[in-house]
Amino acid sequence: MIAARPATLAWFARHEIALVWRDWLSMMTAGKRRREPLVALAVLVIVGLVHLLAYAVVAPAAQAGIAPDKATLALVTGSAFLSWTLMLSQAMESVTRAFYARADLDLILSSPASARRLFAIRIGAIALSTTALATLLAGPFVNMLAVLDGPRWLAAYGVLAAMGAVSAALAVALCVGLFRTLGPKRTRLAAQIAAAVVGAGFVIGIQAAAILYTGSFSRLSFLRSEAFVALMPDAASLLWGPARAAMGDLGALAAVLGGGLALLLAAIVVFSARFGEHVVAASGVAFDAGRRQRHRAGFRQASTRRALRRKEWMLLARDPWLVSQTLMQILYLLPPALLLWRYYGEETGMLLILVPVLVMAAGQLAGGLAWLAVSGEDAPDLVASAPIAARAIIRAKVEAVLAAIAVIVAPLLLALAFATPRLAAVAALGIALSASSATLVQIWFRAQAKRSSFRRRQVSSRMATLSEAFSSILWAGTAGLAAAGTWFAAFTAAAALLVLAATWAIRPRKAD
Amino acid sequence: MTPALELAGLTKCFDRPAVDQLDLSIRAGEFHALLGPNGAGKTTTLRMVAGLLKPDAGAIRVFGIDALSEPVEAKRVIAWVSDEPMIYDKLTPFEYLEFVAGLWSIDAATAEVRARSLIDWLGLGPNAHERCQGFSKGMRQKVALAGALVHEPRLIILDEPLTGLDAGSARLVKDVLVERVRDGATVIMTTHILEVAERMAERIGVISNGRLIAEGTLEELRKRAGKGDHSLEDIFLDLVAEEAQESDAA
Repeated sequence: MIAARPATLAWFARHEIALVWRDWLSMMTAGKRRREPLVALAVLVIVGLVHLLAYAVVAPAAQAGIAPDKATLALVTGSAFLSWTLMLSQAMESVTRAFYARADLDLILSSPASARRLFAIRIGAIALSTTALATLLAGPFVNMLAVLDGPRWLAAYGVLAAMGAVSAALAVALCVGLFRTLGPKRTRLAAQIAAAVVGAGFVIGIQAAAILYTGSFSRLSFLRSEAFVALMPDAASLLWGPARAAMGDLGALAAVLGGGLALLLAAIVVFSARFGEHVVAASGVAFDAGRRQRHRAGFRQASTRRALRRKEWMLLARDPWLVSQTLMQILYLLPPALLLWRYYGEETGMLLILVPVLVMAAGQLAGGLAWLAVSGEDAPDLVASAPIAARAIIRAKVEAVLAAIAVIVAPLLLALAFATPRLAAVAALGIALSASSATLVQIWFRAQAKRSSFRRRQVSSRMATLSEAFSSILWAGTAGLAAAGTWFAAFTAAAALLVLAATWAIRPRKAD
Repeated sequence: MTPALELAGLTKCFDRPAVDQLDLSIRAGEFHALLGPNGAGKTTTLRMVAGLLKPDAGAIRVFGIDALSEPVEAKRVIAWVSDEPMIYDKLTPFEYLEFVAGLWSIDAATAEVRARSLIDWLGLGPNAHERCQGFSKGMRQKVALAGALVHEPRLIILDEPLTGLDAGSARLVKDVLVERVRDGATVIMTTHILEVAERMAERIGVISNGRLIAEGTLEELRKRAGKGDHSLEDIFLDLVAEEAQESDAA
């Protein structure tokens, strides 16, 4: 590797790249280097499968020939904008973490090295990582379009880079703005919530429009609809610049990429100097006196299990990171709620879609909450040294998680029960199975971790993550099929049970 | 009188034996200091007593209760305080004590009286209704100590409780422990601050390589080491060096 002069931009960049690479590798291999070849093979297989999926999606359109007409430009622009809102959300999360995560900042900020250079690199790294993630998701579609419709589509990678640059620049500007207006104490939660709303807002909006105007859950069907296309400006409009760039118009590409990179550069120049000050201010929050809590007159009588449940609920309600993470999942329940409102009173048809969506959401939510309650216990020794059997501790935590899920899904279930009691009963059963399965997986794979590592809970065990996802999907499928009244539901239920049995069989044996 | 703690042939192996056939008896109502170099097996021993680790072999009796066959009964009379305070950042000290009282199934009214008294005694009054996030190490340790005492344990086990505390907080913790012993509780404390053990402990145990190499009052240890009026530090270093030589020879 080329040696760089210490504390220069290149030196910081090398430091960051080494950290990011090792972090990623450790996340993929769970810290076991001998797994690297296996991980590489798995990545290749997944890339191949995703390309196959992309082929299936784009082949029909590509075979018919894709012209840059108004409808195509609207579809490409709408899809790109959807992706960009998610990129902006991810970039906001990254900027917030850069403000509040201590990691190596105490060392670097206490050194004579230029903090401005470090933060310039870190803002650049946020743009890069945001682009990389979007490329991972969009890359297979771009590649397939390039193969089937011509290499001009490779220009879309340039548009992705521009989108990454713009989202990082805007995220930094937004977070710094929040920091200056709300101060370091409130910015973390506000930025987390803003990121969740930005990430989900446009997606939900399009989905809501699709439900209301096309009677479909599909966002693409709305973007393709005649009503939507008719509302858009004509094909010569500047609005379609990014879409034209993605479709191989080199002039538009130069303008989009140049504009994006210029914006990123401007953000780096303007904000990197102040970034250090904000980080120092944010670090002061950690040493600040704790938040004053409204207090009750006295202690409440509680059994051991009740005390545990109450503690879990209090901690869940006071966890800002969880609030923002969960908010995103809850926001995604809004379209099903809209669907319920739109098709209220109909037994079949659109309302059927609600059942698997609710079951899937409950499973995912339960997995997260169970991780926090079981693995993210802040005082494991205190609880373990209490006069209560280990089984009772787990039981109380499971009760706390399932009760929280029940509270979240109850309004939708209740509304569904008024419309179609049968579907509500199927959904309730599916939710119970899906949430219990995800909770069980988290119990089997529990590993002590800091609560603040919630975002990276998948790192502790990819097997648990996969199993949790598969069981949620299979229970959602089961509930959907059962709601449709087909006996095929028995097969997916059996598959879900099989996944759980396999997960139980390979669970790590706890050593004392 | 039933001993507060009896260990017989206690053994725990990780990669190597951490605790090796350890026998120890601690009298009720005694302040006992457990000393040893880093990695000697002190924390492992005490974690097994508190029910946080399962021994590979041996027996643990707490006030006559077999802690391995009746762990819940044994835990009822034990409090465990580690060097890293076991508290919740998002709870206030008041809420934390309410939670701990719930864990030990203490009557709410009784627990509240004790909690308020402990909060005052430990100087936590002004922060009693603030979340613990951002508390200093000393304050966190005081909250953890209050949690350990709120259920009035008969056996208080402390693993390096004074690490990182300022002089004022350390003095307060020591005073609280002495007071508890005066009230009849038994305290077992590990520490690397030998002056604290010398001044506070009635009896001292020295562990090295997972084995108890000496145990007794300071005077008894002096006699055993053949060091007339030497400090505990001199005696401790001699005992550990002697043990190391014997181990090497073996």
